[in-house]
Amino acid sequence: MKFILKRLLTMLLTIWVITTLTFVIMHTIPGDPFSSDSDVLPEEVLNNMRAKFNLDKPLPFQYLLYLKNLASFDLGPSIESETRNVNTLIAEGLPVSALLGFQALVIALVFGLILGIIASLFHNRTIDYAAMTIAILGISVPSFILAPLMIKVFAVQWGMLPVASWGTWKHTILPSVALAAGPLAIIARFTRSSMLEVLKQNYMKTADAKGLGAAGIVVKHGIRNAIIPVVSFMGPLVAHLLTGTFVIEKIFAIPGLGKYFVDSIFNRDYPVILGTTIFFSVVLIVTLFLIDLSYRLIDPRIKLSSRGD
Amino acid sequence: MLEKASHDSLFRPLEKGRLKKEEIRRPGVSQAKESFRRVLKNKLAVTGAIILLLILFFAIFGPRMVPYSYSDQSLASGNLSPDGKHWFGTDDLGRDMWARTWYGARISLTIGVAAALIDLVVGLLVGGISGYMAGRGKLGDRIDNGLMRIVEILYSIPYLLVVILLLVVMKPGLWTIVIALSITGWVSMARVVRGQILQIKQQEFVAAAQKLGTPHGAIILKHLFPNMLGIIIVNLTFTIPNAIFAEAFLSFIGLGVQAPIASWGTMANDALGVILSGQWWRLFFPGFMISLTMFAFNVFGDGLQDALDPHQAKD
Repeated sequence: MKFILKRLLTMLLTIWVITTLTFVIMHTIPGDPFSSDSDVLPEEVLNNMRAKFNLDKPLPFQYLLYLKNLASFDLGPSIESETRNVNTLIAEGLPVSALLGFQALVIALVFGLILGIIASLFHNRTIDYAAMTIAILGISVPSFILAPLMIKVFAVQWGMLPVASWGTWKHTILPSVALAAGPLAIIARFTRSSMLEVLKQNYMKTADAKGLGAAGIVVKHGIRNAIIPVVSFMGPLVAHLLTGTFVIEKIFAIPGLGKYFVDSIFNRDYPVILGTTIFFSVVLIVTLFLIDLSYRLIDPRIKLSSRGD
Repeated sequence: MLEKASHDSLFRPLEKGRLKKEEIRRPGVSQAKESFRRVLKNKLAVTGAIILLLILFFAIFGPRMVPYSYSDQSLASGNLSPDGKHWFGTDDLGRDMWARTWYGARISLTIGVAAALIDLVVGLLVGGISGYMAGRGKLGDRIDNGLMRIVEILYSIPYLLVVILLLVVMKPGLWTIVIALSITGWVSMARVVRGQILQIKQQEFVAAAQKLGTPHGAIILKHLFPNMLGIIIVNLTFTIPNAIFAEAFLSFIGLGVQAPIASWGTMANDALGVILSGQWWRLFFPGFMISLTMFAFNVFGDGLQDALDPHQAKD
């Protein structure tokens, strides 16, 4: 319990640091959201707009106001979009990005684990080499190269799937696979090497000796022990999927969160930059926390400690 | 008692005085030499190393092999497919893709190596101090805790957010990317180094050195550092491709090096619009080069890891 409280405090601290850093960095950028309109609109209009978004107030005031609103989960208005605020932007983009990320996660986990386990069971045989060749290719080919290639083959030449855009479930297949390819390969390699380690252990021989079938040995004793390194990769994996969506959403013209984030930076849309940054960080931080908690479920020998090692 | 006869043929009593006592008769093989020998025996590692050397060779000499520079535009010869004149074809502005691809290799490799080296230095310092101070009195523990808190916070910030924000503040360019990548990149190296030091510190030879009064500096340089070298080198072979990948990624979303400078990422990004109209070479060459470099570094790193890990030496 003490561990969980301590971690929650650290998480809050982290989010505060991120918010402050982003706020400071954002405001050191020369110009503001309206400086690009200065030749189109008269100065008075611009000043009115600035006043509307409190941009004419001193920075410490803006900062405290933002923190106050953040505490009540209000991420503020979007400057670029007049009708929607940051909360609605996230509410609109999140389901799209989350579906994409979730499908990619499932594909990567299921196929990565299967590939790794099969490779380890056929160690140094053709199947092992084939699986590892696939894995190393998956690591080597970046998603932004793989995605256009898949569009070319599956969408243009064979016409099986839509080229881009968003709508039906068919639209989600190519982006999810492109996003999953890298993590899938890494998971396969992790699984293989840790399964190889586990297969050598004495308790595997014991399980075999007491007459447990091959499937039982692999599932009950093998995977459970081999999965820890895979779980610890979940943190970087989720981060990878978050950043990966930026590119994938751009290539497939998908209206997700990543698009808003990149656009907001170019538009100097302060509240959207802050809001999406904080949101992404919270997702990542909470994931890291859940992963730490799940260690204990998988392996009761692991004790939770507040130290980072 | 064993049968004497059966052993006579195998063993013979040593003549007294023929060998000096405690003389070292075989030339000593240093750890580095032994590791090097094992790396050479690992086919994958050698393949990776050869590919990397080839890429390096072409990065240095490739742009000079053709009479075009990476930024020479000629609208008359735009969008040419690969032929005898333009080995990798040309892009829509008539720039030679061979020159651009290898010029891009320079940019990508520079960014990768520079970012990895900065990560290495900062990571070694922070991880080293943290690991060495841990368990050394109240102050030591406090330093360790403080540094690790910073590392933890940086670790849970999505690096791309930091990088993108920084790139907006600073002028886009090669060194901006290097700095942006290293600001968050050193964290994993620091964690690895700290973990290693904590582990090695516990071992008897360090305790012995401490009891004999060896100064801190000498313990760090002579005992801790050489024992971590393998892991550090392996970590480097994974940091460099990650940095190259990150650069390509940033260039791809438009935050990388600015035109006319070419990098593999910007070239792939430029090619995205024309992939459907059949100009395959625009995406193929930069894409293939990124993939090949990633492949070579990964394979080389894997081989190195196996070769430097004494537990796996016999597998």
